[in-house]
Amino acid sequence: MLADKDRIFTNLYGFESFSLKDAQKRGDWDKTADFIKKGSKWVVEEMMASGLRGRGGAGFPTGMKWSFMPDPEKSGKPHYLVVNADESEPGTCKDRDVLRNEPHKLIEGCLLAGFAMGAHTAYIYVRGEFYNEASNVVKAIKEAYAAGLLGKNAAGSGWDFDVILHRGAGAYICGEETALLNSLEGHKGQPRNKPPFPAMAGLYSCPTTINNVETIAVVPTILRRGGGWFAGIGRDEKNAGTKLFCISGHVEQPCNVEEAMGIPLQDLIEKHAGGVRGGWDNLLAVIPGGSSTPMLPKEICETVNMDFDSLREVQSGLGTAAVIVMDKSTDIIYAIARLAAFYMHESCGQCTPCREGTGWMWRMMQRMVRGNATVEEIDMLLEVTKEVEGHTICALGDAAAWPIQGLIRHFRPEMERRIMEYRKAAA
Amino acid sequence: MKKPFDLKADYQPEKFTFKNKKAVQEIIARYPKGRQRSAVMPLLDLAQRQNENWIPRAAMDEIAEIIGQPPIKVYEVATFYSMYNLAPVGKYLIQLCGTTPCWLCGSADIMKSCEQHLGIHNGETTKDNLFTLTEVECLGACVNAPMVQINDDYYEDLTAERMVEILEALAAGKDVPVGSQTGRKCSMACSGPTTLEDQAKKAGVA
Repeated sequence: MLADKDRIFTNLYGFESFSLKDAQKRGDWDKTADFIKKGSKWVVEEMMASGLRGRGGAGFPTGMKWSFMPDPEKSGKPHYLVVNADESEPGTCKDRDVLRNEPHKLIEGCLLAGFAMGAHTAYIYVRGEFYNEASNVVKAIKEAYAAGLLGKNAAGSGWDFDVILHRGAGAYICGEETALLNSLEGHKGQPRNKPPFPAMAGLYSCPTTINNVETIAVVPTILRRGGGWFAGIGRDEKNAGTKLFCISGHVEQPCNVEEAMGIPLQDLIEKHAGGVRGGWDNLLAVIPGGSSTPMLPKEICETVNMDFDSLREVQSGLGTAAVIVMDKSTDIIYAIARLAAFYMHESCGQCTPCREGTGWMWRMMQRMVRGNATVEEIDMLLEVTKEVEGHTICALGDAAAWPIQGLIRHFRPEMERRIMEYRKAAA
Repeated sequence: MKKPFDLKADYQPEKFTFKNKKAVQEIIARYPKGRQRSAVMPLLDLAQRQNENWIPRAAMDEIAEIIGQPPIKVYEVATFYSMYNLAPVGKYLIQLCGTTPCWLCGSADIMKSCEQHLGIHNGETTKDNLFTLTEVECLGACVNAPMVQINDDYYEDLTAERMVEILEALAAGKDVPVGSQTGRKCSMACSGPTTLEDQAKKAGVA
C-alpha cells in the first residue's frame, strides 16, 4: 500500500480548506519560480523521467506530449494550455475532488506546464454541472492573482501567465479534446479531424496542448520531489506513479483514493472500499476504468493489477481508473444496456456509424435485456459494434462498442439463457 | 416541461436585455480580441440565471448581436448542450442521475419516490411550477451514488426516504444541507478514510 508520505493529494477529502493559505501549508506554491528558472527543457525532461502518462484515459506520456509543441519563437503564434476538467465518464469523479479541494495544485501545475510549452494562457474547461467546484477554482485563481502567483511575472518567475476558467454546459463529448476546443471557441462540441493535431493547430488554430486535471495537478509535486521519485512508485517505468481511483457500485464503502499505479484490483476493493457487498464471492464483474472499458469477470478480477498494460493484456483498459463493481444481484445485461443508452444520448451526431449505430445498439440491447431476440442476433449485435468501432472521427464510437463487446465476451451464456427463457415463456 | 426551443411559443417574451452589463463585458474580456464568439456559453448561462433558469429566444438573439454572429449560431450551441433550458422550468429543477453507477445503487427507487411524491413523471413540471423532474446522464459523483442535482447543488448518498424529505423541505422553503446526506466528507469511505491518517486525525474524522 502506498505510504501517506508519498501521497500527492493530501487534501483529497477536503479536511482542510482549499484556500491559498492552507494550500501553502500543504506545500503548494513552494519555490515555483526556481523550477521555471531552470528552463522549459529541464521541466519537460523531468516530466519524461517521471514516466507520467496522461490521467484522462488515453495514457499518453505527458512529457512527450509537451515536447510536440513547437518552439514559441518559431511558431509566431500564442501557445495555449487547455485543462480538460469535463469529467463525465460514468464511474469517474476524481477530478471533482481536485477541483473543489486542491485547486491550487491545479493552478500551480498550469503555470509550470504552460511555461514548459511556451504558453502564457491556460483555459480550464470545467463541466457545467460542477458549478460549486468551478466556483472554488475561480476563488483560488483570484487568490493566486492577488498574491502575485498569476499575472505579470507570475510567482516572481519572470513568466507572464493567465488562467481562465470556462464552464461547459452538459455534453460528454466535450471531454474529447478537439470537441472541447470547438466548444471553447463557441461552436457545437463536435470533434475535429486529426491531423492537424492540436500541438500544431488547436485553440484558435494556435499550438495547444490539452491535459487532464489530474495530470496537471501532479506536476508541481513531481518537480518538487523529482521525476525519479514518481517513477519509483508503481509497477514499472511504463506504469509509474500514484493514481486517483474511484470505486463505485456494489462495494461496502464506495470512495475515491490515491494509490500506487499497479495495485491489485482485489486489494483496491478490499482495503479501501470495504470489499464487495456480501463478500468477495458475491462478485459478478467489474468495469475497471470507466464505462468505456470492457468489463472483467470475477476470475480475472482476482489476479489483475490496476495499470495501463496489465489491463490491456486482459482486453480492457485503465481508462480513468473508475472501478464500477457489480455483485451477483446485478442484471448485467441491463447494466450494459444502460450504458448503451448513455452513448446514444451523448453521440454528437457528426459521424453516421456512431449516430445511427449507438441507436441500433441501444435498441438491440433493450431486447437482449428481456431476451426477446434470437441467439444469432448476439452475433449480429457484435457485428454492429465492429461496424461502429474505428469508423468514426473520435473515440466515442469505440467507447460505445467496447462495453457491449465485453458483455458478449464474458457473459454470452447469460444472454443465451435469457433468450431461451423468453422463448419458453412465449411458447 | 413545455416543448423546448419553440421560438413562436406564447411563453416567449418579446425582449431581453442583460441586467448586468459589467458581467457581460467581464465575460467577453476572458477571450482574445476577435474571439468573442467564445463567450457564447457563459453568456447563455448568464441569461439563464437572469431569467428564472430558462433562455428565451430574445436572449439568444441578444447574445448573437453582442458576439457579432448570426442568431442561428447561438441557437446551434443552445440546442446542443443539455444544461440550457429552452422552455420555462420549475423553481427547482431536479436532475436525477440514472447512468449505470447510480442505477447500481438504486437510482430507480429515487426516481420512483420523486414521481410518487410530486405526482409527475420524468420530464414534467408540477402544477404549482415548483418542481421539474428529469433523468440525466452521469453527473460525476459516482462514489456518492445515488444522487440528484437540484439547480446548482448536488445531493448525494440518497435514500428514497431522504429524497422525499428534501423535496418537502424545499417546498416549505427550508434549507437543506448540500452534498452527502449521510454526513460523510466528500468522497472518503463512509466509516472514515483508509488513507491520510494524520490529516483525518487533525480534522477529527478518524
